[in-house]
Amino acid sequence: MSAIAKLARQPWIFAFVAAVAVWLATAAFTHGQGAGGVLSVAFTFATFFVIVAIGQMFVVTLGPGNVDLSIPATMTLAGTVSMKIMDGANWMILPGYLIAVAVGLVVGLFNVALIRLLRIPPIIATLSSSFVIQSAAIWYNRGLRVKPPTLLADFTTAKIFGLPVLAIIVILIAAVMHVVLTRTVYGRTVIAIGQNARAARLAGLDVGRVRLATYVMCAVFAASCGYVLAGFSGGAALNMGQEYLLSSIAVVVIGGTSVAGGFANVPGLWGAALFLFLLVTMLNTFGLGAGVRLVLTGLIIITVIVIAGGSRANAR
Amino acid sequence: MTGPAFARLLRGALPALSLALLLGAIFYLQPRTMSYFGLNLLLNLAVPIALATVAQMLILTVNDLDLSIGSYVSLTACIAATWLRDTPLLGLLALGGGVLAYGALGALIHLRNLPSIVVTLGMSFVWLGLAILVLPTPGGKAPDIVRALMTWKPPYVPFPIIACVVIAALAHVALMRSPYGAVLRGAGGNPRAVARAGWSLLRVKVTMYMAAGFVGALAGIALVGLTTSADANIALRYTLLSIAGAILGGSEFVGGRVSPIGAVIGAITLTLAASFLSFLRLNPDFQIGAQGAILILVLALRALIGRAEKDR
Repeated sequence: MSAIAKLARQPWIFAFVAAVAVWLATAAFTHGQGAGGVLSVAFTFATFFVIVAIGQMFVVTLGPGNVDLSIPATMTLAGTVSMKIMDGANWMILPGYLIAVAVGLVVGLFNVALIRLLRIPPIIATLSSSFVIQSAAIWYNRGLRVKPPTLLADFTTAKIFGLPVLAIIVILIAAVMHVVLTRTVYGRTVIAIGQNARAARLAGLDVGRVRLATYVMCAVFAASCGYVLAGFSGGAALNMGQEYLLSSIAVVVIGGTSVAGGFANVPGLWGAALFLFLLVTMLNTFGLGAGVRLVLTGLIIITVIVIAGGSRANAR
Repeated sequence: MTGPAFARLLRGALPALSLALLLGAIFYLQPRTMSYFGLNLLLNLAVPIALATVAQMLILTVNDLDLSIGSYVSLTACIAATWLRDTPLLGLLALGGGVLAYGALGALIHLRNLPSIVVTLGMSFVWLGLAILVLPTPGGKAPDIVRALMTWKPPYVPFPIIACVVIAALAHVALMRSPYGAVLRGAGGNPRAVARAGWSLLRVKVTMYMAAGFVGALAGIALVGLTTSADANIALRYTLLSIAGAILGGSEFVGGRVSPIGAVIGAITLTLAASFLSFLRLNPDFQIGAQGAILILVLALRALIGRAEKDR
């Protein structure tokens, strides 16, 4: 009894319950047909959501106003630059990835420089920088669509026992990041800053450096996602990051991380990412029009947040 | 005048100064814009953007952020181009429903203590979905009265300038000069103090959200008056434009420090920035980037002035 009660109190449980509910509803509609396949596809796409959401979660945890809006532009730039430099050559896969990481590093440092030097809220800093980054991607891309190296494409679509290899790797990364969040000085500092930045500073924590590390890490995760997504979808496209702006924030919050900062959890990201994808799949399976689908997506997201958010408010 | 006082004055005048500078540069590059007709063309699209920016600023006043304003303006534009023209009563009811929905959102956000970013993010899907339901394919037609108003050519002063001045003046009087406006801004600055003084924070939130919904609907109607037809994606970029415009105009993210006049000026500046870049014959690839650069530049200036303000 106590184990179940403890489980029910976990902030991430809502996301998983919602994901399972949506999956069951889909399976019931199709009388169980293709339910396993849907789950496999969901894991594939949820992987990309989770990669960006890990970085976004750390940023959001830093406290009110901390959101990275430059994730889509960073994904696009990293995807474009790495694909063009690799030019389909298999031996370039690793250097290509390092280039994507370098793009993330530069973007992250640029964001932090804007926040620090201009003393502007991170939302506005990352918003303005995203314009510049997107522009750089457009200029660099010139409408070309370079195919990814065949090995990279195979790797991003490979599956073991129906589970995508990429998903397994990202589950491992999520586990590592869970330890980083809950067991390391860095992770605890991020949470402390989110709960009370002033108290954290007075306690002698290096707020500036942790903030810098967090924004850079978020940009590197976004760049990595751009790299694997471009490999997965047969090349980089200028709009490839578009849906990740809203979904990265939605996944973080539905996963049980507080938007006000100071409370975060990694498992919820997987639950929320699966939920979001399965939700869209369910509405598609029901054969609804685009309009109804969007309306229901929005309403269900809000409902989940009202339920999950309300419980957190009581807990505090 | 002492240094800090001068810096404060400069800070207040910064939005207007950047606008004047930009306008000067445009006149220099393309002297033909310095006419009634030229200004009309240049500033036409500023009217709906200014309205959307004021709506965003109203939400900013109570320390929230509206990430759905762009899709909401799209929806109201679609309603204006269809129902408002064909069956005006139904159109007005639908627009009124939108305003009520905004009020309900404000109440929900306040009562359940929800983050506005996420709720409005969810609502952006809802508004967009509704817009697609109202107008599945681009089309529709602006109501004649709206079209007539938006293309009105008053003597001497082009209509967009009159419209922007009226919008700024009305918002300024309502928010900065009226007694309840002070309470509304106070609720952003120190909600607890306002609540202790006996004001209902719920009423404040609902009022602000409904006002934003109303002004946002006006933005949609004004937009259709200019474009004559609508589509569901017509104003999606207004979300980011409105935030950038409000911030350019001197509004702060928290603390109820907002400026309606600044917001309108910020919106005009962003509209003109796009024209300025095309007058420069800049490679279109760089246009978005240059808009971002202008935003960063103005914010850098403000940071510099802010630093001078603190040097005493």
